[in-house]
Amino acid sequence: MSELDLQKLINAAASGKRPHFFGDQDVDRLLSIVWAMASELAVTRERLDTVERLLAERALLDRAAIDAYRPDGTAAAERGQWQIEYISRLLRVLQQEVDALQRDSR
Amino acid sequence: MSPRATHDEIARFNFLANFNKYMSNVVVSGNAVAYERRVAPRWRARHGVDPANRREIRAAMSEDPYYQMWSALRRTGMEMRQQAGRSLVLRQIQALRDRARQLNAECAATLRLDDSIAIPRYQSELDNHCMPGSYYAEYIEDDVSAAANYDAGMFATTTGLFGRYLDGAGRGAAQWLSRHRPGWRPRRILEIGCGLGHNLLPLARAYPDAEVIGVDVAAPMLRYGHARAVGMGLGHVIFQQANAEALPFADASFDFIYSAMFLHETSHAALRNILGEVRRVLASGGLQLHLEQPPYRGMSDFEQFLRDWDCHYNNEPFWSALHETRLPALLAEKGFAATAIFETEIHAVVEDEMPKVAAEVEDFGRGGLWYACGAAA
Repeated sequence: MSELDLQKLINAAASGKRPHFFGDQDVDRLLSIVWAMASELAVTRERLDTVERLLAERALLDRAAIDAYRPDGTAAAERGQWQIEYISRLLRVLQQEVDALQRDSR
Repeated sequence: MSPRATHDEIARFNFLANFNKYMSNVVVSGNAVAYERRVAPRWRARHGVDPANRREIRAAMSEDPYYQMWSALRRTGMEMRQQAGRSLVLRQIQALRDRARQLNAECAATLRLDDSIAIPRYQSELDNHCMPGSYYAEYIEDDVSAAANYDAGMFATTTGLFGRYLDGAGRGAAQWLSRHRPGWRPRRILEIGCGLGHNLLPLARAYPDAEVIGVDVAAPMLRYGHARAVGMGLGHVIFQQANAEALPFADASFDFIYSAMFLHETSHAALRNILGEVRRVLASGGLQLHLEQPPYRGMSDFEQFLRDWDCHYNNEPFWSALHETRLPALLAEKGFAATAIFETEIHAVVEDEMPKVAAEVEDFGRGGLWYACGAAA
């Protein structure tokens, strides 16, 4: 299974109609995206916090090195892959909507 | 047996757990304020009277922006919890399956699967509480991913109130039994709708000499639950695939029969069939005990309305009906004497370091406190 297929399976909707609560359904859709971003920001913040604490414990942190860092090809590719998964996670509701439309049209 | 989580996967659950906690400690109470200050007055202005019941309150609240935002956040939080769990579990689906196979092989006789058991309609119609694929979807042979996802995500949804091993209800039931039937030694114990056996294992520990059986229709839950039990040194606990509406056991063959948060996931007809089967296989001198969400009777219409949210927006179609069902009356219909039927409360028993819930902040079915109804045979 390719990474994107796996991400689609991860993002699958539960059966049953997705409720909407706002007068304009676009608001529900947007809130899902915003809240997923809020989650991912918290995840990143937690990871950064771990890194900073570990480095501080070991007296290893050189802040100038962070600004000077340039990823090599492998690192850049890994970062790109992460970004794709990240975006797929954020746009889950859109995938689910298309999946539902495709199911209904069958 | 638990899935292995990376730093970020744990962080994602940490966020959801804290979000859920914030929602139930802070955000939910704003609904009552909105209702008192603007929703009820507007309804009165329009209709001349207050909303008459929880349905009218829901109709009125559905137009309120605070309730809309709370609901939309709650729903999206449920979906994110599934996404986070599936993201964690599906990436290691083969490794989890292989580990389960290995553990299950160590005690093969106590895992009893039966692929002739069909998923009942009340489960197959709708993915229960928004779990894509519900309890039973299988993506690979001998899949355990549905159970692993349930196991991994439950902690975030319940914010630790069910204990480190999510067995707070089972430990609470064992404690209740030790107080109400001191010295009792049930020979055979049955849990119906055991899932992955979170709440069955504490009974196996409390009654080490008993034959302990959990039944469920979902094979992934049983495979994972059995492997988990083996890993915890409880390989003698039997995980059997069966429908509680047609139990594959002899009449009067169990001393203690129990369920934990199972009945609200069934249906009107199934509930009656299940209680009939429990009656049939319960031995004389035995006891049945069912842990559930508290019934609506005696609650304010507004509280009923809030608790009913899951029925409408979290794929819990039988939730409202069960909350209005008088379980004692159903047990009486099955032939139990009024004096043998009882209602009680079961408190979660959790590790010292885990949060405890006070009765007054019980979170609409997610707190560590349950209504229980039972009958002595």
